[in-house]
Amino acid sequence: MIKDLRQISTQTVGLIQEQQDEILKDWIESQLTADTLRLDLMDQKKLEQESKALLKALTAALGGQGRDFTAPNWQAVNGLLKEISEARDKAGFSPTETATFVLSLRHPLVERLLSSKKISSLDEEVWLLLDILDQLAIFTTEVYQRRREATIHRQQEEMEELSTPVVKIWDGILALPLVGTLDTRRSQMVTEALLDAINTTGAEIAIIDLTGVPAIDTRMAQHLMRTVAASRLMGANCILSGIRPQIAQTIVHLKINLGDIKTESTLAAALKTALATYGLKVTVSE
Amino acid sequence: MTLERIAIVKIEECLLVTIQVDMHDRLALTLREDLGERLLTTQARGVLLDISGLDTLDTFIARVLAGISSMAKLLGAETVLVGMQPAVAMTLVELGLTLEGVHTSLDVDRGMALLKKLLV
Amino acid sequence: MIGVVITTPLQSIVVRQDRDISVVRRAVSTHAERLNLSVLSRTRLVTASSELTRNMLVYGGGGVVELKVYRDGERLGLGATFADQGPGIDNVEDALADGFTSGVGLGLGLGGARRLVDQFDIQSSEVTGTSISVAIWLKDDGR
Ligand SMILES: Nc1ncnc2c1ncn2[C@@H]1O[C@H](COP(=O)(O)OP(=O)(O)OP(=O)(O)O)[C@@H](O)[C@H]1O
Ligand SMILES: [Mg+2]
Repeated sequence: MIKDLRQISTQTVGLIQEQQDEILKDWIESQLTADTLRLDLMDQKKLEQESKALLKALTAALGGQGRDFTAPNWQAVNGLLKEISEARDKAGFSPTETATFVLSLRHPLVERLLSSKKISSLDEEVWLLLDILDQLAIFTTEVYQRRREATIHRQQEEMEELSTPVVKIWDGILALPLVGTLDTRRSQMVTEALLDAINTTGAEIAIIDLTGVPAIDTRMAQHLMRTVAASRLMGANCILSGIRPQIAQTIVHLKINLGDIKTESTLAAALKTALATYGLKVTVSE
Repeated sequence: MTLERIAIVKIEECLLVTIQVDMHDRLALTLREDLGERLLTTQARGVLLDISGLDTLDTFIARVLAGISSMAKLLGAETVLVGMQPAVAMTLVELGLTLEGVHTSLDVDRGMALLKKLLV
Repeated sequence: MIGVVITTPLQSIVVRQDRDISVVRRAVSTHAERLNLSVLSRTRLVTASSELTRNMLVYGGGGVVELKVYRDGERLGLGATFADQGPGIDNVEDALADGFTSGVGLGLGLGGARRLVDQFDIQSSEVTGTSISVAIWLKDDGR
């Protein structure tokens, strides 16, 4: 994320090293008096520990050679910040509160630089330091964001699993009623679920019902054909049912050869065909 | 040079080949040759290729299997490929191979039943 | 977030004869299992590796396969580089197209391999030979 860091001067690094204890003291004090203090979520001892560890790691990283955030010398800071952010997220800190924790180091650090007489090109050094701290603060919010995304992703996946049922409607006959339009990912999941079901149930016929699908795009049509082809390779035959005119047009437009694929107007008709393959027939009992 | 070979078993009118190992190229080619010979000597009318033990199938091996099927046809025998794993089937289709001319079945029993139907 | 992929080498395999293609397949499969790749991902990567190794052998006169762990922030993946010092690929665009072959194949290997993996980089020239890197990311952890 920090792309092209100019190196902090050795003078500055030396100064921060020398005065690490004082900087830490100032930093902790400012945190303890800040509005964002949340002793309800985390005790003071933990706060002191985290501050100390981060400052130490930061000082070491600044002294290293790597110019970007992925270089080995930044790995400790990287890891520590991630740990802290995740723990704070779990404890109930908001992203802003956690970012503020990092940003509140700006004052104590810059103050030390400004009051030192030894630093040449002082302005540049200060901006550089501020820049780095900003980036670190952004990183903490990114950790939050990724945790959120992971959660959403998981939930989405669970929902998708629920909405792609492969049902065994008869011995040897599976049905896959598709609903809505499928994106690439869901198409993949549906196919995987169908092939696995063929494998585990030993069904030789799979009815893919498109009654609930208003329209399909090129990708989905192609994917459907791949599903049929893969099923056939395993030794199972697919019947497509409930194809709407619009879908039929897409298929024709794509010049996909439906020659070998059985199609039926409705799920019921498909079931009848499937049963017939097994020599079965539905009749009304007397 | 080891004489590694895949066993070919005759059951009734059919030759059953169970491929369990990761099949390297030479082994696949040897199998094709062996099968040709056995078809000639036994006059078998069907070939069952059980690949349920194979967890990958690339274009080369797939082409050899398809080649076996067309060769058998020329020698008067039908071939059924049985037991392809779901992930293998998906991957093969993604590669662009659908083995159009080859008969397929879920397992050996059903493959055998299909052969009987094809041979009447 | 970082967008920089870090790779850690796992194993190098020298490819000289067609037997070595199975060696590569087995090695990829083993590492895929260790990394907990799904069966489908593993099959895809093993198959792509098989195609690329065979190309390397047939057209590049053999070479080296380097397996590695890919890391992009939190994401983990398994990848491989196939490098040969052969004549290079004349026209990479053409070679990637389905059905293009300079030999007796179906011309599905290269394009197919690209479809099977998440990451596909190819470098080829008359001077340096051909180097193709592929990877598949682990997908079950919410990314
Ligand atoms: N490592 C390589 N070095 C030089 N040329 C290559 C290399 N890999 C591929 N090619 C070229 O690219 C073409 C396409 O490769 P691709 O794998 O798609 O098809 P193929 O090997 O000819 O057939 P198939 O893989 O379907 O058996 C090859 O015919 C060859 O000319
Ligand atoms: Mg090839």
